[in-house]
Amino acid sequence: MLTRFFLMGLDRKAGVVLTILALLAVLVPVMTLLVPADSPFHMSVFTVSLLGKYLCFALLALALDLVWGYVGILSLGHAAFFALGGYAMGMYLMRQIGPRGVYGNPVLPDFMVFLNWTELPWYWLGFDQFWFAALMVLAVPGALAFAFGWFAFRSRVTGVYLSIITQALTFALLLAFFRNDMGFGGNNGLTDFKEILGADIQAPGTRVGLFVATVVALALSYMIASGIIASKLGKVLVAVRDTEGRVRFLGYDTESYKLFAWTLSACMAGVAGALYVPQVGIINPSEFAPASSIEAVIWVAVGGRGTLAGAILGAVLVNFGKSYFTGALPELWLFALGGLFVAVTLFLPKGLLGLGAQLAAKLPGNRAGNKSVPGGKTADQKGM
Amino acid sequence: MRRALRWFMACWLMAVCVVAATSTAALAADLRPLVQALGTGGYAGTEKALAQLSEAGDPAAVPVIEALQAGDLYVRKADGAVVVARKAGADFALTDPLSGADLGPAASGAVDKVKVNNALRRAISASLGALTLMSPDAAVRRSAADAVFKSRDASALDTLNAALAKETDSGVRRAMEQARAAVILTAGASDPDTQAAVATLAGRGDRDALALLTMVAASGASDAAKSAAAAAVASVEQKLAFWAALQNLWYGLSLGSVLLLAAIGLAVTFGVMGVINMAHGEMVMIGAYTTFLVQELFRAHAPGLFDLSILVALPAAFLVAGGVGIAIERSVIRWLYGRPLETLLATWGLSLALQQAVRSIFGPSNREVGAPSWMSGAFELGGLTITYGRLWIVIFAFAVFATLLVALKRTWFGLSIRAVTQNRPMANAMGIRTARVDALTFGLGSGIAGLAGVALSQIDNVSPNLGQGYIIDSFMVVVFGGVGNLWGTLVGALTLGTLNKFLEPYAGAVLGKILVLIFIILFIQRRPRGLFALKGRAVEA
Repeated sequence: MLTRFFLMGLDRKAGVVLTILALLAVLVPVMTLLVPADSPFHMSVFTVSLLGKYLCFALLALALDLVWGYVGILSLGHAAFFALGGYAMGMYLMRQIGPRGVYGNPVLPDFMVFLNWTELPWYWLGFDQFWFAALMVLAVPGALAFAFGWFAFRSRVTGVYLSIITQALTFALLLAFFRNDMGFGGNNGLTDFKEILGADIQAPGTRVGLFVATVVALALSYMIASGIIASKLGKVLVAVRDTEGRVRFLGYDTESYKLFAWTLSACMAGVAGALYVPQVGIINPSEFAPASSIEAVIWVAVGGRGTLAGAILGAVLVNFGKSYFTGALPELWLFALGGLFVAVTLFLPKGLLGLGAQLAAKLPGNRAGNKSVPGGKTADQKGM
Repeated sequence: MRRALRWFMACWLMAVCVVAATSTAALAADLRPLVQALGTGGYAGTEKALAQLSEAGDPAAVPVIEALQAGDLYVRKADGAVVVARKAGADFALTDPLSGADLGPAASGAVDKVKVNNALRRAISASLGALTLMSPDAAVRRSAADAVFKSRDASALDTLNAALAKETDSGVRRAMEQARAAVILTAGASDPDTQAAVATLAGRGDRDALALLTMVAASGASDAAKSAAAAAVASVEQKLAFWAALQNLWYGLSLGSVLLLAAIGLAVTFGVMGVINMAHGEMVMIGAYTTFLVQELFRAHAPGLFDLSILVALPAAFLVAGGVGIAIERSVIRWLYGRPLETLLATWGLSLALQQAVRSIFGPSNREVGAPSWMSGAFELGGLTITYGRLWIVIFAFAVFATLLVALKRTWFGLSIRAVTQNRPMANAMGIRTARVDALTFGLGSGIAGLAGVALSQIDNVSPNLGQGYIIDSFMVVVFGGVGNLWGTLVGALTLGTLNKFLEPYAGAVLGKILVLIFIILFIQRRPRGLFALKGRAVEA
């Protein structure tokens, strides 16, 4: 049954994606750990972590594509779920520091000692256990998404309004996590991690292990997402995206379908955040900034919305571009990113993966394809 | 008993008569011997003469005592005359202390300073306070009374009584009575006097009065006085709480008008046109930078007219931001009508590019935008302190709102905007050039954002990130108020502003803001289309 579910989503595109991921999972450890450092095929630990970071963003983009591309919910707050997962992992890593912190307190993290706290807040209990932290990585973003979605979908908040209140959600969390009283390290966030599951977090072996874990998580999420989309459930989701009203009149409980996809997507984003934090070594409130959520949207748009593989491609490409530009031409990065937003929405409505189909449909005739009627309200539903 | 009282009254009356007689006599007498006496007999002699001078109660002595306080009073060695000497080059320029007549220069060795110690300094300020109570100028008398209220100097009591007897100005009289009450309560007095003083202070009803009254309520005064003081404390506290609530309301109104200014342009682009303009904040920023440029021009070419720079900046910011808006509409947004979420992405990209452009041109740091003189300072209204800058912003926000409302409802341009919004093909058929109306409407919304930028440059840092701080708030206001409804924007802005300011004292600024955001999220669940939802066909889309 489960195998059938996974196999159902396996088309040619999925084959390509999974093959690439499998190659990465094998080649990167070999190139980093086995190939000698003076060989041109050697890969530095820094590059491994950078690649791992890109793949975490790719997982976030995949989660976003699932709700935006297939259910039509444009979330401008998905980075909030990503950051919550990251914080859950960060709390576990903080507890692993133990007495090796600057203040040497065996239980309390440094920032709590600094704030003159005497005991651990209740919500930090249990985070010394990996299994508990791993559960929370899924449960916290999932629970928040479920509660938020339950209210929002049942009240039939849709479209632009939904996007704006997701933005309000992440903005509220941003402000909340900036407060020192919250017990999450305030402005500085959580950092100075020492070890994960008993292994030194700086060691090349650990880094490669984290990278492989990211690749596996991404591959699994991809299979889950493509399995869902190929299933009957996926057909209903796409129908909800295209005309929610009709699906409801046909007797489907559209809210539950949306809620399922939305919560699953939030859990995926949480996993992405949890894998991101040990690889970059820090989590702070700026991850909650509305700008980072909107940036995640552009990754999906660049790669091609509603294609899954496109989301992964877009996240990796845009972030590679960001690393390159902020290093080489820092002044130009925001121009490039801003221009990308405009160019993609104007000229690549289907993203890079849709480029072939777009060219096939002949470039000059393309404009007639998306007939732009200013203020044309009937187009709203499809546009989302 | 009664007899004794009568006798006592008679004695007291006589004493008053004698004091009054001597003081009038002293007033009539020339002050010169007393002024001369300031320079003789060391500290003790100066203090004695000072006491006599203030007893004389002649305001003419004030400049002399002020000179003494400033250390400008000298004795001329040649004849022992007391003079005012001020440094003029290496020498001193001498003047007569009373008449101010020029007495020519003197070498620095030819004069001796009248020395002052700390005890004397206290006596000087007390006697200055007492003497200025008699000043012919009401404002001076009033500030003297306020000074006595603050110092609670018991020695000023007699002068205060005398001044009160002559006082005709009711405002000054009230200040004097309050000062007298403060002195009486601090020094301690008979029961009826204390109670009268308590009543006077209860009438003043500010924090200073509250402190004094609390002191009386806890002191060793009689039970009647204590309970009167306790009652007065309660009433003053109530009054203070009332003013504090009113002050909060004013802060709320002030914040609400800032939100209104930031959101009102968005109410046009998002509310009327349905374009999710994430670059709205950058239009505000462009308005603020235009103000900066206009002010730079004024500073360079017409510094004397600096007060007018804001008035010039208003139309300039409207035109610049409106022009940028029209350019954006023509180049990007018109291809994206009917696809609101893609408009959102494109305008977000534009906002990033605009921020970076401004950062490249003007630098990443804050730019200095000055306030014209008519916008600085503050005034008191009852228990409220209102700054002129905030007051003007409130007035400006409402003026912009009213103008926009009139423009939309009463002009041909507004009519075409509404026609295009309601039924585009029909408007087109009636001969309205819809494409041009779209561009102009977007320009109008952007221009209003530019106007907001002029106002916000007065209260916020003018930096490339200026707009970012307002974009989320503006969207919240428009969505909360209801899209497509200007009145909703007004009510939304004022409600959110007031709510924020009333939460702040209890929850702190950040938590207050978080609570407001949560409130909006929950509110949207109840009313998904905002406070004033549009009814009819437009909703169905």
